[in-house]
Amino acid sequence: MGKIRTPYLLLLPGFGFLFVFFILPILNLAQTSTQTPVGGGDTGQYEQTFRFQNYIDAFVENKEQFGRSFVYALIATLLALAISYPLAYAIAFKSGKYKNFFLVLVVAPFFTSFLLRTVAWKQILGEEGFVVPTLRSVGIISDSTTLTSTAFAVVMGMTYNFLPFMTLPLFASIDRIDPRTLEASGDLYANGFTTFRKVTLPLSMPGVVAGTLLTFIPAAGDYVNAAILGSPNTKMIGNVIESRYFKIVDYPTAAALSFTLMAAILILVTVYIRKAGTEELV
Amino acid sequence: MSFDASSARGDLILTRITKEYGDFKAVDDLSLTIPKGSFFALLGPSGCGKTTTLRMIAGLEEPTVGSIHLGETDITTTKPYQRPINTVFQNYALFPHLTIFENIAFGLRRRGIKDVDAEVNKVLSLVELPHLAGRKPTQLSGGQQQRIALARAIVNRPALLLLDEPLGALDLKLRRQMQIELKWIQKEVGLTFVHVTHDQEEAMTMADTIAVMNEGKIEQMGSPADLYDDPETAFVANFLGQSNLIKGTISGNDGDSLIADVFGQKISLPKSRSHAVDNSIYVGIRPEKFRISLLNTPVNGNVLTGGRIEDVSYIGVSTQYQVEMPWGQELMVFEQNDDGVAPFNKGDAVNISWAPVFTFALRGDEDITAGSEVNPEDLDEE
Repeated sequence: MGKIRTPYLLLLPGFGFLFVFFILPILNLAQTSTQTPVGGGDTGQYEQTFRFQNYIDAFVENKEQFGRSFVYALIATLLALAISYPLAYAIAFKSGKYKNFFLVLVVAPFFTSFLLRTVAWKQILGEEGFVVPTLRSVGIISDSTTLTSTAFAVVMGMTYNFLPFMTLPLFASIDRIDPRTLEASGDLYANGFTTFRKVTLPLSMPGVVAGTLLTFIPAAGDYVNAAILGSPNTKMIGNVIESRYFKIVDYPTAAALSFTLMAAILILVTVYIRKAGTEELV
Repeated sequence: MSFDASSARGDLILTRITKEYGDFKAVDDLSLTIPKGSFFALLGPSGCGKTTTLRMIAGLEEPTVGSIHLGETDITTTKPYQRPINTVFQNYALFPHLTIFENIAFGLRRRGIKDVDAEVNKVLSLVELPHLAGRKPTQLSGGQQQRIALARAIVNRPALLLLDEPLGALDLKLRRQMQIELKWIQKEVGLTFVHVTHDQEEAMTMADTIAVMNEGKIEQMGSPADLYDDPETAFVANFLGQSNLIKGTISGNDGDSLIADVFGQKISLPKSRSHAVDNSIYVGIRPEKFRISLLNTPVNGNVLTGGRIEDVSYIGVSTQYQVEMPWGQELMVFEQNDDGVAPFNKGDAVNISWAPVFTFALRGDEDITAGSEVNPEDLDEE
């Protein structure tokens, strides 16, 4: 008996932690999401009335920010994938004895605060940075165009901040590919592009799926990049939730928005994993 | 560069190939012709350049100097996918994400062959695994994967099939079985096979012609019997089977034979089997060619007298003896256990005799340990 119980006893601290810090807050959030203000009470006083209309109101009111969140997150994810794939491929197959060094470089930004690095992008894209004058002199942007406080800046910031979350899983899965299977593909009449399409890419799909999820999910709920690099016109759903909670003290709407975001992400991710068909690969 | 290379047929001709990695010469001025339709083996220890040579033929490496022709077509710099050459890789390199059927169909689909189903099924029957078409490679045993790797290559009917230590990962019994099967399949499909191995027994079992490689060069090339009976260098004498090499001096001439003096005793050997450049030689005799007899028994042929049995190992089909000669050297003797006679005992004083025709002679300045310190079993990975 004692032996059978041991694994459960070992799981207990983990379950306890999840219960206190995940299950209970979620339940609390669910409860809050259907509350309404106490008649004649102070700001921030709510009572449970099971008003599910809260969800519809919250969504209708913030459709635009929801849409923007998913579009920005999608663009940032695709950009991160486009940058990370060649990077991870090069580190896995071409970096030789410098492999670990390059991996350290990929995670090196984590040694500095996330906020600080995002603020730094303000400088990079600002009037005094080198990007704007360069683009102006080449004529890609007009003299009156600025890059700060734009959707462009927000997406760039998100791409940059989530890049390592894309690169590392991609690297892990590309690094596991036996280079001899790529040689075998060439040996069997496939040129470089066909080998990529038929062998490298399918074999790295677990990394692509993991990387895109690790980038897309936090990016869709992100508000720091939009807050620092954006403008009121680039508000994402994260910014709305943040201001409802901390500024307007409208807890029910913030909770309803959080749940809606969670559900939307869950549905998208499920569909995506089904489509990518990775169950067989992992 | 042309795609015509893909239809090239004929003998494979390597002309003065050198491959350098920095200061290291992996392959050193190697020239070689592999006739169409033959089963050719490149045999040598780890690091002798045989795998590099194979990779240059496949197009996975480019020679630093030299050219490669397939029939009339120069394929030295063509890409692997443009060559009518397929490889059975060491550890097989099957595509883990594709079924066995799709693994085999891979090359056919790339070349736009029409009847993929029929071709794949035909080759699956040839390797006797038609029931595995729907499985993934990880669901197969090592021996099955090996056959699928072979099927994936031969289904394309290449002008040349390269086998890179294809049996290295199999256990001994399966390896023996696959050797016979590979030989049979080669005859059946009539393709040119180039087989790279460090296992001399494997090379001898399968190949029509063996090229023994050492330090980037070919030591000797010939049929298995030629190489075994008449090795030209100490490396070949030791790497292919075992040899007794005894210091001697050529002292005379007798028609087609040479007379040699071996520590004061006279023996004779065929002139055609002497690879010496002057009078100083090593006399070579394979251990199973020796006969042992007690001192006063009359014997024919070459005789070396004054031996003493130092060690006796009975191993069933034969008994192996170590015989110490008067000059201090221990000779190895394998006697078949086919005459019902009790084996000799340790300490017996004996003569050693053999038919002169089995004698070969090497240059007297050779390093007689060359090729003998290599234990092929330790060298599974190149």
